[in-house]
Amino acid sequence: MTELALFIVFGAAAVYGGLVMILARNPVFSALGLMLSMFSLAVFYVVSGAHFIAAVQIIIYAGAVMTLFLFVIMLIGVDRAENRQETLPLQRPLALGLLALFGAGILFAGRTAWVIAPPGIGAPSGTAEVIGDALFRRWLLPFELTALLLVVAAVGTVALALWRRGDDEPGESS
Amino acid sequence: MSAELLVSLVLLFPLVGTVLLFAFGRRLGEPLAGVVGTLSVGGAFAAAMVVSADFFTGTGTAETVRWFAWLPALGVDIELRWDALSSLMALVVTGVGGLIHLYSIGYMRGDPRFPRFFAYLNLFVTSMLVLVLANGFAVMFIGWELVGLSSYLLISFWFERDSAAAAGKKAFVVNRVGDVGFIVALMLVFSSFGTLSFDGVLDTAPSVLSPGTATAIALLLLLGAVGKSAQLPLFVWLPDAMEGPTPVSALIHAATMVTAGVYLVARTAVIFEMAPAAAATVGIVGAATALFAATIALAQSDIKRVLAYSTISQLGFMFLAVGAAAHVAGVFHLMTHAFFKALLFLGAGAVIHGMAGEQDMARMGGLRKAMPVTFAVMAVGWLAITGIPPLSGFWSKDEILAAVFGLGGLWTVLWAMGMLAALLTAFYMTRMMWRTFFGAPRWAEGVHPHDPPMSMRIPLVVLAVLSVVGGLINTPWRLGIEHFLAPVFAAVHLTHPPEGSTLLVLAAVAVGVAVVGIAAGIARYRTEHAEETGVWHTLGRGYFVDDVYGQVFARTGKLGAAWLAFRFDARGIDRLVEGTGSLTRRAGLLLRPLQTGFVRSYSAGIVLGAVALLAWFLWRGGVL
Amino acid sequence: MVTPGWYMALGAVLFVTGMAGILLRRNALVMFMSVELMLNAVNLTFVAAGRELRVIEGQISVLFVMVVAAAEVVVGLAIIVAVFRRRGTASVDALADLRG
Repeated sequence: MTELALFIVFGAAAVYGGLVMILARNPVFSALGLMLSMFSLAVFYVVSGAHFIAAVQIIIYAGAVMTLFLFVIMLIGVDRAENRQETLPLQRPLALGLLALFGAGILFAGRTAWVIAPPGIGAPSGTAEVIGDALFRRWLLPFELTALLLVVAAVGTVALALWRRGDDEPGESS
Repeated sequence: MSAELLVSLVLLFPLVGTVLLFAFGRRLGEPLAGVVGTLSVGGAFAAAMVVSADFFTGTGTAETVRWFAWLPALGVDIELRWDALSSLMALVVTGVGGLIHLYSIGYMRGDPRFPRFFAYLNLFVTSMLVLVLANGFAVMFIGWELVGLSSYLLISFWFERDSAAAAGKKAFVVNRVGDVGFIVALMLVFSSFGTLSFDGVLDTAPSVLSPGTATAIALLLLLGAVGKSAQLPLFVWLPDAMEGPTPVSALIHAATMVTAGVYLVARTAVIFEMAPAAAATVGIVGAATALFAATIALAQSDIKRVLAYSTISQLGFMFLAVGAAAHVAGVFHLMTHAFFKALLFLGAGAVIHGMAGEQDMARMGGLRKAMPVTFAVMAVGWLAITGIPPLSGFWSKDEILAAVFGLGGLWTVLWAMGMLAALLTAFYMTRMMWRTFFGAPRWAEGVHPHDPPMSMRIPLVVLAVLSVVGGLINTPWRLGIEHFLAPVFAAVHLTHPPEGSTLLVLAAVAVGVAVVGIAAGIARYRTEHAEETGVWHTLGRGYFVDDVYGQVFARTGKLGAAWLAFRFDARGIDRLVEGTGSLTRRAGLLLRPLQTGFVRSYSAGIVLGAVALLAWFLWRGGVL
Repeated sequence: MVTPGWYMALGAVLFVTGMAGILLRRNALVMFMSVELMLNAVNLTFVAAGRELRVIEGQISVLFVMVVAAAEVVVGLAIIVAVFRRRGTASVDALADLRG
């Protein structure tokens, strides 16, 4: 019962947040809409028993990533509202058509049950202990690789950041 | 020395000579290159004489000298066959060839490419020996093609002259037409017998071949022979071949190469015997050519062209003989013809040499006193070819005609044609002699005719002697050549001239015809003003056969080639190639608008792809 | 009552919404945020499926997706800032020089 209520409320909130995100003129509003969606998803994670993931969602996604987004929005210029005119011909109809097709495809796919639960075992609880056990035992290599990925991203960003306006190559300073 | 080694030497001497002259010719220079060439051919002649000695006494046996295996898959080995026929041919080739080499030392003096000439001449002798000594169709074909090559090289020896280069090409191309027949015949032989060796083919032919196949093979071989021996209708190259130096005309186009066709028919006599229709065709072609060419020779103004058409005509006699299965008579005439035709050509060469290059009889005349030695030898040749006894030409030509007469039916008609041709031969040869040597001189300015030097005189005299006594080898009272060649034609039913009184009457008729021809010639050409117009013009142009060939074949070929080059290749194929390029470019231009540069269009494309993939998977999953 | 299927359906809706944002908006930042929304939708699907199949790997996948998304956001935003410095605008239509 509670799950149904939670689903309806936060499901609506997530969808509303998404719509706000794509329809708002001001990018700040878009960011806020996305944040709402992310918070709703965190709730769903908790309901599904993925407690650790929910925490990570809040801290990393809603906390760090969205903050970063807002920061850049502020940096780039918040007051410029986008022109609503569509310059590319056919883009709007084409996009709406494709989206309709995609949605229809998903609907079709949804009629079949693709994922069938194996009988017997109970659901694991998504505590840090359980996740850590799986992560550092079975999935150690992907874990290390993603760590490497983070390092690469950080280095790349620093390199990009040192590229001032008027330089020919990134890394030079005029 | 073993017989095998000597036979190999017959071929090896000129082969080595050829290689030496090609490699070191320029260093040897005049006249050493000529001497080397003559010695190589002379050595071959000596070797041939030694190893033929047994055949002369009638005790010789046929030998096969194996050099090495060449194409094991086809069973082709490089083998030499030494029997009476090939030894006779080898003797003629090397003997007359050696004399002509000697003659050429004097004739070609001062020519800038003197050593090259002798290299080509030696190459020719080598090729001809390969042809006559071959023990199989394949090796014979090698020789066949090589003599064609040598002929081409020698005809267009003075290639600075456009006419000479064109004549060489013409000879090669017309020969090629005949060679198609030879090659197809080879294929038929191989498919019928499984081998191309004479040992395998000639011994088993009667049991293996059906009459139809034999006729086909024989007719195809005839086609090859017609091309090589300048018979109807492939004779047009021989008169043009006179562009080559006169020794070349003497050796190749009188004495040896053109006789290859006769040799071919004689060698494959077994096959022709199984195909009477083909043999009759050979006879008809021979007789028709003899008459046809004789009429054309009547109206020629160039001294060498008279002799060229005369050669074609005399070859027709030889073909008539082998067509009538009188192979001995045919080969006999081949031999005597080699003597007196080479003599006539070399004599004409002496005339030309003495007249500083003049070849047109209209500007000769009265050379009897200025060139007595030349006149004497030419007169011998003239008497020999017209068939005056006891010179060689009489014996051989009469044997042919008598044998043909003896067969009756169709052959009697051919006999009559042959007689008519003999009459005309006497007539036009007399015409040639009178216009050249008698009457008042019509020489051009600055011409001082003189007899040739000794190096040229010796071969002339030797050939003159041979022309006189050469025929005595095979008289009806002493059939020397018949016995000589008997082992070769043991399996064939030879045609012999009739015996006794018939033979005497025929001989008398032949001599009478010759005398009438000579008398008519003298009567007409004694005076200076023999009119040669009207019909003579047609004859002089060879009934315009050459022109017809040029129009029909050469022009068609040129039109075809032009169409291929300009319409098909330039427009068709080039457009195809360029088309791929322009097609690619146009496709690129067509697809260009897809690259809008806008991220959103690209993402629309991605979504489109995703939709398609989704649909595909759903369809495969059976949901759709 | 609320089966994992519902969550997957919700995830699908959010995914389509994110896609619409990419196709229809010109602001680089909003496009980027739409991508984030799509990634989140996928995360939700992963969790639901993991719950259905009763394995922990669903949540492990979500963890990895988050890490990669974070790295991607960092680099992407740096690029957007660099582009903004050059062009003075955040509209992706200004970056259409590679047209054919």
